[in-house]
Amino acid sequence: MSSLQIQARIKHQEELDPDFANSIAALPGGENLSRCIQCGTCSSTCPVSLYMDYTPRRIIAMTRAGFKQEVLASNTIWLCASCYECTVDCPRQIKVTDIMYALKRRAMDEKVYPKRFPTPVLAKEFFKSVLKTGRSNEGLTVTWMILKTAPLNMLKQMGLGLKLLLRGRMALGIEKMEGDPTQIRRLMEQVEVEEKKAH
Amino acid sequence: MFMENKASDGEQPRVGVYVCYCGMNIASKVDVEAVRQFAEKLPNVVVSRTYKFMCSDPGQELIAHDIKEQNLNRIVVASCSPLLHDATFRKACAKAGLNPFYFTMANIREQVSWVTANSAAATKKAEALVAAAVARVAMHEALEKKRVPVHADVMVVGAGISGIHAALLLANAGKKVYLVEREPSIGGHMGQLDKTFPTLDCSACILTPKMSEVKNHPNITLWTLSEVQEVSGFSGNFKVKVKRNPRFVKLELCVACGQCVEACVFKEGRVPDEYNIGLSKHKPIYMPFPQATPASVLIDPNACLKLSRGKCASKCVEACDRAAIDFEQKVEYSEVDVGAIILATGYQLFDAKKMPEYGYGKYPNVYTMIELERLVNAAGPTQGEIVMRDGRKPKRVGIIHCVGSRDKRHHPYCSSVCCMVSLKMAHLIRERIDAEVFNFYIDMRTTLKGYEEFYDRVLHDGVNFVRGRVAEVTDWAMTPGEEGKLVIRVEDTLIGVVRRIPVDMVVLATAMEAHDNADDVRRKFNISCSKEGWFLERHPKLAPVSTFSDGIFLAGVCQGPKDIPESVAQAGAAAAEALALVDKGFVEIEPNSACIDADTCSGCKTCVPLCPYHAITFDAEKKISAVNEALCKGCGTCVGSCPSGAAQQKLFTDEQLHQEIEGVLNYV
Amino acid sequence: MRYLYYPGCSLKGTGKAYDESLVAVFDKLGMDVKELPGWNCCGATAYMSVDETKAFALAARNLALAEQENGSDPIHLIAPCAACYLVLNKVQKYMGEYGHLREVIANSLKAVGLNYHGTVKVRHPLDVFVNDIGLDKIKAAVSHPLKGLKVASYYGCQVVRPYADFDNQYNPQTMDQLMKALGAEAVDWPLKTRCCGGTLTGTVEEAGLRMSYILLKEASKRGANIMATACPLCQFNLECYQGKMRGTFGDSIDLPVAFFTQIMGRAFGLEAKRIGLQRLFVPVKAAPAMA
Repeated sequence: MSSLQIQARIKHQEELDPDFANSIAALPGGENLSRCIQCGTCSSTCPVSLYMDYTPRRIIAMTRAGFKQEVLASNTIWLCASCYECTVDCPRQIKVTDIMYALKRRAMDEKVYPKRFPTPVLAKEFFKSVLKTGRSNEGLTVTWMILKTAPLNMLKQMGLGLKLLLRGRMALGIEKMEGDPTQIRRLMEQVEVEEKKAH
Repeated sequence: MFMENKASDGEQPRVGVYVCYCGMNIASKVDVEAVRQFAEKLPNVVVSRTYKFMCSDPGQELIAHDIKEQNLNRIVVASCSPLLHDATFRKACAKAGLNPFYFTMANIREQVSWVTANSAAATKKAEALVAAAVARVAMHEALEKKRVPVHADVMVVGAGISGIHAALLLANAGKKVYLVEREPSIGGHMGQLDKTFPTLDCSACILTPKMSEVKNHPNITLWTLSEVQEVSGFSGNFKVKVKRNPRFVKLELCVACGQCVEACVFKEGRVPDEYNIGLSKHKPIYMPFPQATPASVLIDPNACLKLSRGKCASKCVEACDRAAIDFEQKVEYSEVDVGAIILATGYQLFDAKKMPEYGYGKYPNVYTMIELERLVNAAGPTQGEIVMRDGRKPKRVGIIHCVGSRDKRHHPYCSSVCCMVSLKMAHLIRERIDAEVFNFYIDMRTTLKGYEEFYDRVLHDGVNFVRGRVAEVTDWAMTPGEEGKLVIRVEDTLIGVVRRIPVDMVVLATAMEAHDNADDVRRKFNISCSKEGWFLERHPKLAPVSTFSDGIFLAGVCQGPKDIPESVAQAGAAAAEALALVDKGFVEIEPNSACIDADTCSGCKTCVPLCPYHAITFDAEKKISAVNEALCKGCGTCVGSCPSGAAQQKLFTDEQLHQEIEGVLNYV
Repeated sequence: MRYLYYPGCSLKGTGKAYDESLVAVFDKLGMDVKELPGWNCCGATAYMSVDETKAFALAARNLALAEQENGSDPIHLIAPCAACYLVLNKVQKYMGEYGHLREVIANSLKAVGLNYHGTVKVRHPLDVFVNDIGLDKIKAAVSHPLKGLKVASYYGCQVVRPYADFDNQYNPQTMDQLMKALGAEAVDWPLKTRCCGGTLTGTVEEAGLRMSYILLKEASKRGANIMATACPLCQFNLECYQGKMRGTFGDSIDLPVAFFTQIMGRAFGLEAKRIGLQRLFVPVKAAPAMA
């Protein structure tokens, strides 16, 4: 006999993380987080909100209240294409896009995302390429991404790759930046030093 | 050093110092006892006390008692701002027989406890300010307040419901009222409405009787098409210059029969009708609206061929059997003397074109709320039929709340009335054309009497409510059902899903905002505007209808968004305050005017052109300048500019100021 | 006026045609433009997802390099790729607003021998063509008016918001005006600034694909026979996936999608190879006047 499936969804204060809200609000762009009136304009204007498990408005509310686990595990932060509609339309001038970036970074830092999820892989490959050569090569970066996340897809993408190659839109080698390419790595290292100084 | 100085009148100063706790307002930061002890040791101080609330009766009694028993001749109270209680303590001194100008205050609340974080620093600062006050007060002189008679007449600027109500009250109290209105008719925005919430009274039915009363009242001089040009003088004695624009029609002759309009060479209207928000057009000669008061047509000089080009068959003149048309009318200026002025200039509405995401101006079937009011009004451009610009009747209407309000990019404030207006419209639409109605809101603000019940009624009407602020109105169709419609995309925050709702007509509840020229107007009357552009009241809680300029009062939305009952109440309050001022018969002038010592004045005339109130005249015979005390406002400009020091200001003489500075410096 | 040119990584790869046509148009208009020596990747959206300060530093390096070039004259740095344009503007704004950020980045740049003063003006070619060069000069350079071409100007998101102040954010007109000056018809359509999906076509294909599909569908419906873009990623999404869209949505669109500079080049009478027409997936010959 089939029974009615139920699940208890009640949130106790102990389960929430009060520091989460503060840590996001402290970043550049997060300062107006507390001013949200939950009007829903961000969700209304977001072209991908229809796919999100929690709309941008709900993510803001949940971040503010300290629902850290749910926020970092949502698909919202990966669906954001940073089109900035929300930031421009928000009547409280909350930089929603910046908050989404911050949440992306946090999720990646804490490794909260599905295995072999393309977005963090893409971001990391991009990061590596730029650090080494000062430039990014889209074709190669995407290729690595596909290989690392869904290698079987390679076959499907081959057609597109070939077409690009034939039209000279995919560089085979990696174009390096002029001048001393190690300057980028040194710059990044210096940033880490300066940030430590500031704290 | 001040220790040696005697008082300016030769007597040895005997100073009483009273340090107030102000409940916890001062005591929470300043060590009041320490200040008292400190003051005790100051030169000339005979008595030094503290009290919880100096401004209370017992507090004032303390002062009176000490004046008598201790023979005090100078009083210092260290408490709040003089703006609040200078008058209180002066009265207390006067009651005890001491000239009130032997009193001075040290502000250790607004200037110390409310703005200093550290207690020790606050106490030190309080001590310094008390030392300054004690040193200063020794140099005070006995002064008398002057009484100047006031004019009994009052001017009301703006003749919407607020101005009308205030004018009628004053006129009924027997005062002569000048009612100045910029538009050709009185009535304001209320006249444009169809029904008023929450009772759904017909707006015209409750307004026109009052308009008629104004017209017929023997005590009211009504000037329409008029604007205040210049204001000079002071409370009780204002001189106002009013510019009266020509109507080109003799008011006393026109009976509004409309034959001139019929006969006009223009076959149909060409001028966008402002009263109908451009939804219809009128001819150059026109009646503003059917119940316009005064009931007379007027001519738009820019559209009229005769007035703009000098050539026209002027059929209107032929048609008028009372010869009321007068192309020769010119601008006139009138100057009147009044004792008080009430500003009731109202508001304008936010331009929805500033929010292109809602498509106003782009999509013909997007309307503002005031446009819908005109459509729904039986005397409006569609005779009360809800018909869109494309001729269709809408089957589904979307009403968007908070357009331009609660938005940091436009107006951060809430416009107070739009929720009720939107509910009212939703109800009227259901009633008239049985269309489906959706209201898109962020919060439902239905606070006053009968408003929440009205919300309940509209819910029962079957109006759909979606809590979500609309980001966009678009004509991009995603499904067949959206083809040819205006689509509202919104997050239904209560249900928790994004929705797309196609509608035929969109109505935007636009924000109330201050007039574009509010800043120019306020300068004429020497008052301030708040950050959002509304005229600034003296105190938001306790003095909402007076301003920082005595004799100038505020009524209605010009002071901030509010609905009709609040406007009427405020107009009544403003009228009462104006009445109190003019009925008293006199105003007392603070004796802080400047005076020029005839012996020291060298006749250089530096001060004469600098005086903003033209209060200084040069006596060519005696070759010295003199101040007219009645005009002097005590601004101190002449004092500051006088190279010889001949110009001094009472209550702010050089000696008094120097002693005050010495007092502070000795303890800093 | 002297300009510096910041192509960005995409214009050396999938957006090669944008680079080629843009440079060709600069040349035709007689503009003094020099590629910024030593430029590095701006970081686009990906870097911001990893480390915010480092991302800003990466972009700021380009601004510091630009500062070295023009001495005391105001420096105008043209960034055609929308993502580069946005990131460079954002860095400048945030370095102005957030003192702590400015300190860290300016000090880091100093340590590698570069100075940052925030004096560079980051410009988009649309802004430069319409506001600096002017439509009259553009009209004068047209030798082959694009009669019959109905262009749906697609601005995308990052060119017009949130930092661009040279055009209306909700209903931009610069590209439309440009197309009209070339003799083409500017189609009025409501999705000019709706996101194409950006990187989603690669990471969350279902969502990204549909977003681009919606744009192509509506543009066609409104009568456009070509779409003009100002961003290499937009162009890639809109053009290169039309085949995939056929499979997923069962709908053949076949709408040519060109860079607006390619359309300009055609109107100026420049030869096809010079403006990279052969690199396009959907042959632009299909559109009248582009052949």
